[in-house]
Amino acid sequence: MGKTFAEKALGRAAGHEVKAGEIVTVEPDFCMSHDNSAPIARTFRKIGVKNVWKPERIVFILDHAVPAPSDDHAVNHKETRQFVAEQGITHFYDVSSKGGVCHQVMCEEGFALPGLIMIGSDSHTCTYGAFGAFSTGIGRSEMAAAWATGQIWFKVPESLKVTVKGSFRPGVAAKDLILTLIGDIKADGADYMSVEFHGPAIEAMSIAERMTLCNMGIEMGAKNAVCPPDAKVLAAIRDKARTDRWEALWADDDAVYAKELTYDLDNLVPCVAKPHTVDNYAAIDAVKGTPIHQAFLGSCTNARIEDLRAAAAILKGKEVAVRTIVIPASWKIYRQCMAEGLIETFLDAGCVIANPGCGPCMGNHEGILAPGEACISTANRNFKGRMGNKESFIYLASPLTVAASALKGEIADPREVL
Amino acid sequence: MEKTILRGRAWVFGDDVDTDLIYHNKYLAETDPKKMPQYSFEYYPGKEHFAKEVKPGDFVVAGTNFGCGSSREHAVYCLKYAGIPVVLAENYSRIYYRNAINNGYPVLFIKGISQAIKDKKIEDGDELEVDLAKGEVKNVTKGTSFHGDAVADLEKDIMAAGGLIEYLKSRAGR
Repeated sequence: MGKTFAEKALGRAAGHEVKAGEIVTVEPDFCMSHDNSAPIARTFRKIGVKNVWKPERIVFILDHAVPAPSDDHAVNHKETRQFVAEQGITHFYDVSSKGGVCHQVMCEEGFALPGLIMIGSDSHTCTYGAFGAFSTGIGRSEMAAAWATGQIWFKVPESLKVTVKGSFRPGVAAKDLILTLIGDIKADGADYMSVEFHGPAIEAMSIAERMTLCNMGIEMGAKNAVCPPDAKVLAAIRDKARTDRWEALWADDDAVYAKELTYDLDNLVPCVAKPHTVDNYAAIDAVKGTPIHQAFLGSCTNARIEDLRAAAAILKGKEVAVRTIVIPASWKIYRQCMAEGLIETFLDAGCVIANPGCGPCMGNHEGILAPGEACISTANRNFKGRMGNKESFIYLASPLTVAASALKGEIADPREVL
Repeated sequence: MEKTILRGRAWVFGDDVDTDLIYHNKYLAETDPKKMPQYSFEYYPGKEHFAKEVKPGDFVVAGTNFGCGSSREHAVYCLKYAGIPVVLAENYSRIYYRNAINNGYPVLFIKGISQAIKDKKIEDGDELEVDLAKGEVKNVTKGTSFHGDAVADLEKDIMAAGGLIEYLKSRAGR
């Protein structure tokens, strides 16, 4: 009987064969935390262990509120720097032009690697599955415990196999696939499961597109989400892998799945997730014309160079009808945007460009909504009040749909402006 | 968890109660768990009065996928420190479940409670009797009962120690 990806990755880390349902204790390859590093450090001190188990396996990336917008945030950042110095943590991305949104930086900087066990004190840690890693989000106490012991327990998850074939029609993107899938199986459709993406359409996708898929695994309740570590992944990590502990692992053809689904991209249409849940699917035709007050192109879900190129192609030579906030996912992407003239395109179109970071995604700063306002966003969550005000409305969509909507001031079908 | 039979009032919520509804991201910079209950369910429509009116010993009752969304532990602390002795839901998002166990906070999986909520067989203010050891819930007001799952052994050990940090401290001392 074959094994799933999760059984292989957790078995490799545990040092013995495992199957779904077993509980294993493993050593994480990398532990990521962001602006919550400071409160984790406080909990860590309560355990009574002096030093973290391996400082070189801990990565801190400040991104949730950068540069600090309040004294509370500033104090947290300061405590983080003190802990970095005290513990000799080498992988620290402070407020600087080397950073960006934590998940983007983890992937760009060669931490996200095939077969690794990666944990992060952020629910979207599942993004690194785009590189074939077993990666999952955990809470702060658990992260403090991992720093102290170098261990974490997992129940080996059952797996959901999603096979994808066909190819995207013009105006349709990876975001439409993942919003459609979540709409079909709902917010708890993959609870506790490992979601594997298979098929020729996944192989044809860029790593950026795969990151969009894996990033939103948590929005259907998944423990992790993963794509095959194929030649594209191996080429992407060739010169930047931070460790040689990685190994390209993939599920056997005869692995056993709890559930299997198939999607044909040829049948997919642009869509949105309506307020206030990610599984509140609507095809574009059903929401076209809904007035919006703000558009947001950003976040760990959809602000890579490929996403911004696609949006810029729609905005080029035109002007937005509502305030539009563009936040590249990292400073590397920001520079690439400059080199390709995208920054100029966005500025000419009337967009505001903010510094890389999470921005308004979870309502910290740089684009809070007022009561009664609606925002169309490339981010991953549209929970009530997520962007700061509980009387506001968030529609999630692809960069193409967000750009098309920004031009019209209402939700628009990107196929009509391509 | 000395006392295993508890009695209290129900506060009833639906399916997919996300972490922003339980504890909004606006208050994430707060790091003192004891100050978190004042913000509980502030964003949940119709439950804005929860934080003011909840009494220690009351129960939070919910449907499927309770605590979906963010990894914030605030969503556990704000109930634990409000004196809610246990959450009774059909099931939980995995991060919420781990956070609860890791903080020594009991959350029970109650079969059929999601549908019971939709059918109004359990409503706000109902008097409940909960047997923590057996995972049984009796709705005294309406005369119905529900059954839950027992927790796994490793999880029980962590819970018994009072949470993951306490558990690690106790093991470090051995």
